[in-house]
Amino acid sequence: MKRFTSLAALAAFLLTAAACGDDSKESAGTTAPDTTTAPDTTAAPDTTTAPDTSPAATEPAPEDEFPQAIVSLSPTATEVLFAIGAGDQVIAVDEFSNYPAEALDKPHDLSGFEPNVEAIAALDPDLVIMQDPMIRPQLEDLGIAVWIGPAAATFDDMYSQIEQLGAATGHIAEAAELVGQMQTDIEAAVAAATLPPEGLTYYHELDPTLFSLTSETFAGAVYGLFGLTNIADTAEPGNPYPQLNAEYVAIANPDLIFLADTKCCEESPETVAARPGWDGIAAVQSGAIVAIDDDIASRWGPRIVDFINAVSAAIQAVQVSA
Amino acid sequence: MSGRLSGRLRPRTRHGWWLAAALALLVGAVVLGAMVGPAGTISSANWSIIWKIRLPRVALAAIVGSMLSLAGASYQGVFRNPLVDPFLLGAAAGAGLGATLVFAYFRTTTVDWPIDPLPLAAFVGALVAVLVTYAVGASFGGSSLTLVLAGVAVAALCTAVQQMVLLRNADVIDEVYSWISGRLSTATWADVRLVAPYVVVSSVILLMHRRQLDVLRVGDEEAASLGAEVKRVRLVVVIAATLGTAAVVSVSGLIGFVGIMVPHLVRLMFSASYRWVLPMSIVVGATFLILADVPGRVLEHGRETPIGVVTAFLGAPMFIVVLRSKRRFT
Repeated sequence: MKRFTSLAALAAFLLTAAACGDDSKESAGTTAPDTTTAPDTTAAPDTTTAPDTSPAATEPAPEDEFPQAIVSLSPTATEVLFAIGAGDQVIAVDEFSNYPAEALDKPHDLSGFEPNVEAIAALDPDLVIMQDPMIRPQLEDLGIAVWIGPAAATFDDMYSQIEQLGAATGHIAEAAELVGQMQTDIEAAVAAATLPPEGLTYYHELDPTLFSLTSETFAGAVYGLFGLTNIADTAEPGNPYPQLNAEYVAIANPDLIFLADTKCCEESPETVAARPGWDGIAAVQSGAIVAIDDDIASRWGPRIVDFINAVSAAIQAVQVSA
Repeated sequence: MSGRLSGRLRPRTRHGWWLAAALALLVGAVVLGAMVGPAGTISSANWSIIWKIRLPRVALAAIVGSMLSLAGASYQGVFRNPLVDPFLLGAAAGAGLGATLVFAYFRTTTVDWPIDPLPLAAFVGALVAVLVTYAVGASFGGSSLTLVLAGVAVAALCTAVQQMVLLRNADVIDEVYSWISGRLSTATWADVRLVAPYVVVSSVILLMHRRQLDVLRVGDEEAASLGAEVKRVRLVVVIAATLGTAAVVSVSGLIGFVGIMVPHLVRLMFSASYRWVLPMSIVVGATFLILADVPGRVLEHGRETPIGVVTAFLGAPMFIVVLRSKRRFT
């Protein structure tokens, strides 16, 4: 009898624990809106109708129609704003907005990760750009427009965010031009690199503890353009950012290694080649270890083209050396 | 008037003066909290910032600080254990798991929602964890020891699941960690309105039980022989304290140390009777958290220092000083 009650208690405990896990999942999942991209509703605060009315460059839209005091707490959005000619409208950026160099001329001690609403509000911005909606209610209470651009999952997400930022800041034409240029450059980079018939495998390293990513991620989509095979795809189905172990990488024997931990952790082709047991890996033997700027590999902005060019060059180089 | 007479004053009067002094300190803290911030002191130019950004923080700090302190004192009474805090029965781990699930799986899909699912998930997580603890503990007899052990097990289980989720979603570790460190920086009046009813109900129920908590101090059996319904009191106090704790955790994240430190501070400086520990904990807890929130917003320009970090960093030395001075005097 006693055993029965304790078993029943355990069962109840596990059931409820499982239910507790599902609970929030369900309540959040059932009514979830279908989009993962930036919300259009908040994207262009009362400016959406304005842009196409200015037919030519002869008469630019009146300045006050578009935000002239933008605070960007998103390093990716900062890169986009400067690339589409909205840099002059930016008054402050976050601490990680380190590109382009002109962005560093703006005050850049704000945190996007632990944002200080009062410090942002004290700058009297008319548009705040963020990746996370955490402080949106407070800013909107103050009458400050907010645009949220979460991490892009696809190239379409990225292009759509660039176009939305163009619409929100009055640079629709430049944004369209940037998107077109990026698409052209990317096509050229992809066309220049053809895979050998047997294909190529790669390992993308996020940090020296071997956290990696799969084809499901945005960076994974870059490699997908070329038809490369990701060794992390089979590591842990369902987890887009699996942690591999050294043995797994050695057995998978990737043809290419891309290091996105060169800035954070000072990894380099030399440190990777020196790792015990890695000397037999094809990429190490052929020297196909490519250092990628961590920032470029983790942002969904204009410099994605640099990333794609680096991948293209690596694919061409590894076939020459083979 | 002091010296010869002070020892002979009736306790009630003396305690009344202390409570009045603590309330005056609370008012001072509110004023300071309203004055200090990156946007400067009060002026007509920044009135909207102060009213919409700073004052909700002060109000929420008061609510969260008083609730955690009151719940901590009540838990300590009902379990007769001075090392207990309001997170004892798994509330923190449950809330942490709920919040982690939202960050890991529903953050991008819920950007557009009118209601943020994060507080809801934390609230439900905390409540469910404590209810499971209570159900498990009760099935083994329901003594305070089995409840505490069940709480340890539930917390361990929730934390294990949370860690597994985090390892599979390493991209949200930063956000989850920031939430766990506590957060008053996102406070709005809507948050205040959201949690205030729970906190008021919980506080009233707990205050109504302050005499029973004094009776429980002698031990379960002795208290029962004195006519106290030990199990009923414990159940009601735990439910009320958990409801309030879950509500404040849902908007503030996990702010540690307040719930264990403030009741002890009150006991050391003031009185060990729960008739006074509970109301004083409310006032002192509110004051402490309002003051602790001030450095968080001005210490580093443009960035928030998490409140949980400040409470422990300021609270721990303060607590040690009080402990030392008391040892010298007694």
